[in-house]
Amino acid sequence: MVATESSKKPVIVLDDVHVTYQVFGTGKKANKVKGKSLSRTRMREVHAVKGVSLVIHEGETLGIVGSNGSGKSSLMRAIAGLFPATGGSVYALGKPMMLGVGAALLPNLSGDKNILLGGLAMGYSKKEITQASESIIDFSGLRDFIDLPMRTYSQGMSARLRFSIAATKKHDILIIDEALAVGDRQFRLKAESRIRQMRQEAGTVLLVSHNMKSIQDTCNRVIWLEKGVLLMDGNPKEVCDAYIAAMEKGDTD
Amino acid sequence: MNLADYATANGLTQVGVRPKFGEYLKQVWQRRDFAFIMSLYASESANARSRLGGWWLVLVPSLQAFTYGLIFGLILGSLRPANFIPFLITGVFLFSFFSGSFSAGAKAITSNSGLLKTLSFPRILLPLSAVIREFINFIPQLAILAIVMLVFGQEISWEWLYLIPITFLMFLFSTGLAMISARLTVRIQDLNKLVPFITRLMFYSSGIFFEIERIFADYPELLAIATLNPVHAFISLARGALVNDLQMSPVLWIVATAWSVGTFLFGVFYFWRAEARYGRD
Repeated sequence: MVATESSKKPVIVLDDVHVTYQVFGTGKKANKVKGKSLSRTRMREVHAVKGVSLVIHEGETLGIVGSNGSGKSSLMRAIAGLFPATGGSVYALGKPMMLGVGAALLPNLSGDKNILLGGLAMGYSKKEITQASESIIDFSGLRDFIDLPMRTYSQGMSARLRFSIAATKKHDILIIDEALAVGDRQFRLKAESRIRQMRQEAGTVLLVSHNMKSIQDTCNRVIWLEKGVLLMDGNPKEVCDAYIAAMEKGDTD
Repeated sequence: MNLADYATANGLTQVGVRPKFGEYLKQVWQRRDFAFIMSLYASESANARSRLGGWWLVLVPSLQAFTYGLIFGLILGSLRPANFIPFLITGVFLFSFFSGSFSAGAKAITSNSGLLKTLSFPRILLPLSAVIREFINFIPQLAILAIVMLVFGQEISWEWLYLIPITFLMFLFSTGLAMISARLTVRIQDLNKLVPFITRLMFYSSGIFFEIERIFADYPELLAIATLNPVHAFISLARGALVNDLQMSPVLWIVATAWSVGTFLFGVFYFWRAEARYGRD
């Protein structure tokens, strides 16, 4: 049972959230099942999140840990409303935003055009993005390259631009899915401090990462998700230690 | 107190539910700049790496018209419509806008899974933007169309301005169709394979290089069906506006308007119904 009597103000409530995907299998193995038609057996269901209930409060920075395929990203997408829960419900105060804009950008276009495009994709108005444009360019440190097509950028450079665009917008609830490892060391420090600042502005941050150090450095509560089930919820050190111990023993597989 | 009551008591609202229709349209309107810039930049980006760049937007349909003109001009012989080149070019160019919108619309959701996974916006912006992009590509073709008309002895007239409402109706129709096909292909990806065949079928039944009135003269039932084809209606109206001896038939105005408004309204509504389900795969 999830505690609801806390005096702190809730900003996200997950009520028995399930996420399932329907996928087409390769067909080979499934077809061996007897007595089922071809079309029926080829459709498989992947149950990525299996009934997670959780209350997240204002001012919390929640770390989410778990092995690959444990349902972390699916849960985050359900919270952001990108991939609605197939069962149960997600409630939130305002609109949780995912930090990430890469998919909207076009490699053939220059950096500054991509700033406009990415900004609009994230919900800025044209006016807002034009005003923010200078500070985005400054933060990315790519002023000399900003009129070159993005495809000419190195991986680190495009990561810097993506982060700079995404990190400009103010969010009430921010979801960061593995976005800290961007650029070189200097930019990473800059990015981390920007995220800390965003956390102060946002109030609530959800951080998915495999980097236990960055989780323990930034979070004040951590949940451990495994095979779509909430395994542990508590203070960062305890949960991370338990998670690391389990990973080293390899007993979650 | 259960969780749902607790959440609502604290002023939280449910995430990932489809907004009401009116609210949805309002959100779409608020994000119109995104749809437009996405279309404009995608169009710019598509030809950014070829030497002739944007010229391909007019070269491709011109080459198409040339090929069809050469082949069907010979095959049809005496069945060739009068003013064959203006007749054919109008058909090919308008059809290329329709077929481009249709195939881009059908892929609008399925080929944008990256966007769907990270950014939240009314999903209808994707098929809408696909059609705007095709429309942006269509504008230079209209200029070429005008030039071809003049070169082949058509006189410039006020009637040419009818192209504005005709293009507008075609845009409405294509947008509606894009929204319908965008949703259908999400559920059944296989439909994307059928798009080229449907397009081909439309191409041959819309009278791009022949007059349906002449070919179907002995089959009144077939002619009646062919007259109801919206793509034929758009093209035939455009010919009536551009080519001197041809007239715009009032019946075709009714056919074109009914299809356009009907398909558009249904398309928006049909797409919205599945709003919370896009991007699942």
